[in-house]
Amino acid sequence: MLGTTVILAFRAINRHKLRSFLTTLGIIIGVAAVVTMVTLGNGATAAVREQISSLGANVLQLRPGQGFGRGGGGPRPPDFKPQDLTAIENQLTGVRAVAPLVQSSGSTAIYEGSNWSTTVYGTTAAYFEVQNWKADTGRLFMTEEEEAGKPVCIIGNTVRTNLFQGNDPIGKRMRIKGVSCQVIGTLATRGQGGFGDQDDVVVMPIKFVQRRFTGDRDISQILIAVDDAYDTSAVQASLEELMRERRKVKAGDQDNFNVFDTKQISDTLTGTTTILTQIVAAVAAISLLVGGIGIMNIMLVSVTERTREIGIRLAIGAVAREVLMQFLVEAIVLSCLGGLIGLFLALIASIAIAPLMQVPFIFDVKVNLIAFLFSAAIGVVFGYFPARRAAALNPIDALRHE
Amino acid sequence: MASLPPSAPIISLRGITKMFGSGPTAFQALKGIDLDIEEGDFVAVMGPSGSGKSTTMNILGCLDVPTAGEFLFKGRHVEALDRDQRALLRRRYLGFVFQGFNLLSRTSALENVELPLLYRGEDKKTRYEAGMAALEKVGLKEWWDHTPAELSGGQQQRVAIARAIVTQPAVLLADEPTGNLDSERSVEIMELLTDLNRNSGITVIMVTHESDMAAFAHTIIHFKDGLVERTEERVKA
Repeated sequence: MLGTTVILAFRAINRHKLRSFLTTLGIIIGVAAVVTMVTLGNGATAAVREQISSLGANVLQLRPGQGFGRGGGGPRPPDFKPQDLTAIENQLTGVRAVAPLVQSSGSTAIYEGSNWSTTVYGTTAAYFEVQNWKADTGRLFMTEEEEAGKPVCIIGNTVRTNLFQGNDPIGKRMRIKGVSCQVIGTLATRGQGGFGDQDDVVVMPIKFVQRRFTGDRDISQILIAVDDAYDTSAVQASLEELMRERRKVKAGDQDNFNVFDTKQISDTLTGTTTILTQIVAAVAAISLLVGGIGIMNIMLVSVTERTREIGIRLAIGAVAREVLMQFLVEAIVLSCLGGLIGLFLALIASIAIAPLMQVPFIFDVKVNLIAFLFSAAIGVVFGYFPARRAAALNPIDALRHE
Repeated sequence: MASLPPSAPIISLRGITKMFGSGPTAFQALKGIDLDIEEGDFVAVMGPSGSGKSTTMNILGCLDVPTAGEFLFKGRHVEALDRDQRALLRRRYLGFVFQGFNLLSRTSALENVELPLLYRGEDKKTRYEAGMAALEKVGLKEWWDHTPAELSGGQQQRVAIARAIVTQPAVLLADEPTGNLDSERSVEIMELLTDLNRNSGITVIMVTHESDMAAFAHTIIHFKDGLVERTEERVKA
């Protein structure tokens, strides 16, 4: 009997293509909207997670002051000293790598008439270890270059593209902030990060940057990569204890430094994007509901319009249940078709939009399946009422209907 | 070859009454119908509007139930069957032809004819073969893929007849089958019904206003004011 009703439903839909299309339009748009939103939202979440993890998984960022800036009023908290770095390296357990960092943004790099404004990072080879960052071509710093603060630099992909175009930069001399340096390596591409283009960078030995640009031996930031075998928060606690002691913070006083756990940022940002995705998806789900009401509306009109047809079916021996099933199956087939078309559109839209939003396209089988089942359920719920009305018709009256 | 007169009539009505509405607006359409229709008969039902012939046809076609009285179909009581049981009885034994043809629009002749077989759960091959055979019987085999809109009135009625006989019913009920056709087409339809009655052994019960058409029948039942006025047995052609 189900086979029969499915055949009949497909015939009826096929005979009224335009009406069927318009009926399903609501479902098509609803499903497409929900799935596109969730897919892009998942992509955004993944992108955020990726960006955060590119800061280095389980990396603690040690900065002077409280919070992200250098703190509010009052005397500026002092930067770190090279001795602090040594102390962390020697006295802290569970540390995989420690890298000092000084930054000089708005630095102009020049090579043969091209110039590019970028940020100079002064650090050590440990920085690349902390960041899990590999050289694309060339090499990283050698100990001797670090110790002596030699004028060598490793450039990010954005700098390479803008300054050297297609040319191989290895071994070339470029000028940065008015001083000459030799390019010894280029870095693998990292893409957009949470804090801008991560590839727009020139990395130099910290001693060189301190000597030529900052003029002192202060370290503005220390990055500590925690060994996977250790608990990040335990390492963070002992780091804080160490720094309070070294920076002579009295018991009860507020820290004049802060330790930022990248995992924490990751969790927060991921949570935020997830909530945003859910809100947008909920709004889109309302359009799916409206689509369902559209199906009910058209099916009700269809029952009236096809009263005579129902009369004929009943007269030639269809039992009420079969008429009910036919209309119900029609509604379900329509909404399922709408669901499938919607999924297809969502696929196209997501593939097209994801690159524009600079988020990865992630095909989530679960989301697609749920959206499809939901559209089928809408067919059942909103198709039942019109179907029951059709089945309840009296064949004599139905046949007389004009 | 006329079928042999059977011992028991295929349809037997005893004291059938039908009330419409209730209270002061109640209207008694049938006031006690007694009727026997023999298997293989060709019956014409005549009478003015409001005489109860349509109501009787609806009851005979198991589309409606009598208020009181007995209805025996093939010797079995069917007056108290419920909706679905009546639908199954229609599906199994009855074929319908209507004045307005009542074909499904935008649907090919063959699909229209196959419809009752679909409800019987016949497979695709059986449906196709029986459908084409029925269309051949009504002389429209070449027109199987045409929709009603592409067929003339006479052709549409023949498709409707093919649909009615595709299940090889015991009884064919025709409600003014020639009411919408010109006299030439009407005669063709009557000849077709006569042929089905004679050669396929189908009992035909037909409502008509026209005595020309009634003349094709073996028995003519005249209705008046909710009662059978008289039954006219004719010499079989």
